[in-house]
Amino acid sequence: MTYEPAEKLLAPVLSAFWDDPRSWTLDTYRRHDGYQALDRALAMPPDDLIAYVKDSGLRGRGGAGFPTGMKWQFIPQGDGKPHYLVVNADESEPGTCKDIPLLYANPHALIEGIVIACWAIRSHHAFVYLRGEVVPVLRRLHEAVREAYAAGYLGKDIKGSGFDLDLTVHAGAGAYICGEETALLDSLEGRRGQPRLRPPFPAVEGLYACPTVVNNVESIASVPAIVLRGKEWFRSMGSEKSPGFTLYSLSGHVARPGQYEGPLGLTLRQLLDLGGGMRPGHRLKFWTPGGSSTPMFTDEHLDVPLDYEGVGAAGSMLGTKALQCFDETTCVVRAVTRWTEFYAHESCGKCTPCREGTYWLVQLLRDIEAGKGRPEDLDKLQDIADNINGKSFCALGDGAAAPIFSSLKYFRSEYEEHIQRGECPFDPARSTAWADTSRTEAHA
Amino acid sequence: MTQAPHDTHETAPAGPAGAHGVELGMPELPAPDYPPEVRARLDRDAAEIIARYPGSRSALLPLLHLVQAEENHVTRTGIRFCAETLGLTTAEVTAVATFYTMYRRRPSGDYQVGVCTNTLCAVMGGDAIFDELKKHLGVGNGETTADGKVTLEHIECNAACDFAPVVMVNWEFFDNQTPESARALVDDLVAGREVRPTRGAPLCTFRETSRILAGFPDERDGAVEATGGAGPASLTGLRLHRGETTPARVVGQRGNPPQGDAGLYDTPTSPSPAEHPSSHDAPATTAESDPDHPADPVADHATEEGR
Repeated sequence: MTYEPAEKLLAPVLSAFWDDPRSWTLDTYRRHDGYQALDRALAMPPDDLIAYVKDSGLRGRGGAGFPTGMKWQFIPQGDGKPHYLVVNADESEPGTCKDIPLLYANPHALIEGIVIACWAIRSHHAFVYLRGEVVPVLRRLHEAVREAYAAGYLGKDIKGSGFDLDLTVHAGAGAYICGEETALLDSLEGRRGQPRLRPPFPAVEGLYACPTVVNNVESIASVPAIVLRGKEWFRSMGSEKSPGFTLYSLSGHVARPGQYEGPLGLTLRQLLDLGGGMRPGHRLKFWTPGGSSTPMFTDEHLDVPLDYEGVGAAGSMLGTKALQCFDETTCVVRAVTRWTEFYAHESCGKCTPCREGTYWLVQLLRDIEAGKGRPEDLDKLQDIADNINGKSFCALGDGAAAPIFSSLKYFRSEYEEHIQRGECPFDPARSTAWADTSRTEAHA
Repeated sequence: MTQAPHDTHETAPAGPAGAHGVELGMPELPAPDYPPEVRARLDRDAAEIIARYPGSRSALLPLLHLVQAEENHVTRTGIRFCAETLGLTTAEVTAVATFYTMYRRRPSGDYQVGVCTNTLCAVMGGDAIFDELKKHLGVGNGETTADGKVTLEHIECNAACDFAPVVMVNWEFFDNQTPESARALVDDLVAGREVRPTRGAPLCTFRETSRILAGFPDERDGAVEATGGAGPASLTGLRLHRGETTPARVVGQRGNPPQGDAGLYDTPTSPSPAEHPSSHDAPATTAESDPDHPADPVADHATEEGR
């Protein structure tokens, strides 16, 4: 294994000036080439711009990895209907924490990306659907939109182009399911956030039954850099099928949790080496590559390239690159129980397999965690998860099944130990951030 | 309970159907309207909100935030207002108000204190923090202290996992918390001292926060720039890239950011771990796994909706 110096391994683009004391302002953004990509984009015919983004190979950063340019291309043109761009800023997947710091520190990257995307798809009204539980971010989005209107980057005749665009910031009200794009659209229309049956897809009938693109924050915010620095530059990072840079979010029992921006295809081992590894005296037990809905990995998977193909080939999904790392003090049954309680709580109730299945998974898991499980419960868990997976409108059900399948695959013996001993063999106090006195003393 | 100025509207006819809805008898009377001057002010705000959207119904979520800004929770009067404003039935509005967890359906505190107990924060200490606060405040999940200051709840992942364990107060970030720092935090809230988050603006009340959520920018001086550009964990990779922190040197984490950003980030008090009684966070006594917790997931969901 060769070790690249950090300077070479990481490639901050979106996060390049987050340490500026006033990083969120228009002034700071302009000092870092902000809104220069917009000039270039507005000089391009919209269809050329769509083709350019498609050629760059940018794929959706919200979890599914669908090519962004292709989503734009699906919007029918000349149909006489309004077109909408809706930015999904409902970041709620457990472990996922990239869009919120991005919007907090650099909201103009998103706004510039929105104007460029709307020019491409011929939209005159865009929305940012921000989860409600992040008021500091909402405050900065309000301010950034105000600044952008005042500077002529939003509103009528943007930079003399004749192009008009309004941007509405919309705060959600607490529902994980609204991160699912069709539930988000229902929510944005003032309804309960429940997924829609597809087809029709949002590109044909989305918001108000009009052609709509729904993109993740990081996807749209990446567009200005691609337009300004070129698709070749973008493709110089990552792999053929997973090009470009991205934000990796390292959390849990690691020495240095945080945001690490670099090319797709880095490995967890590389990121941990950069950040100082796991907390001292501990070793990695299990981790998620992209949030709780992506099947968990173990220390066998430290060298899996974190790109769409690499993680897929290893049996999971890249998801949101939310690398939640748990060390050997952590009870996997406790972790999975808590995630499953989350899915049961957040299931919108529309589809029976998900609504009922998550309920029964919680019942079984709580018993097992408390040492009251029976050996046959493990097959029952597997069976129920199998009856949820792929049998609901949206991916929430699949997400609920993922931790069950993967934990039973890698840690079945740990479930069995709970049942045999009649109690949880772990002391949760050892897992806390303050558990190791020596760690605090080290920098006291 | 701290009385919001218009809470009185809601005290009107509970009716025989009442809160429990089991007795037969007269159906509940329609909710009373706001006083005329309040109604006129809310009508102006509502018109501004509706104008943001091509379809008026899209204004419903912000309008529900707005009525919370008026009365501290979503009252029957607030639901009636939303329905009349958007041409919906009160049933349609209620269906939406009960779906989303941020809408409070009974009088609640000036400060909504939410402890993340999703897996990562729970493991990192969120369970211990939540237990400590329940004990310290003498309230359970979703309950409010007798003085009406603090409503305590456990919350789901709030997109700050690299700052775990996380506590939110009125949806501002309190990162890298401990049971001791969280206890000091709620003591400050109860005592009425000014409280500043690690990321976000100095706290305002739940009603003022709800107005921001309805889409009306925070007008307070310094609110937008408070606590600087990014939290320390957000800068981890950037600082490594710049060589400002040496790779593979295991020091300085959690609430002790690498130097260079002094003044941007007020670290919450970090107690000695030795003070922490380790029995606090046994999984059997946590939020949803609590054997004393009467609810199964479905009933718990109802409780959540009942906030």
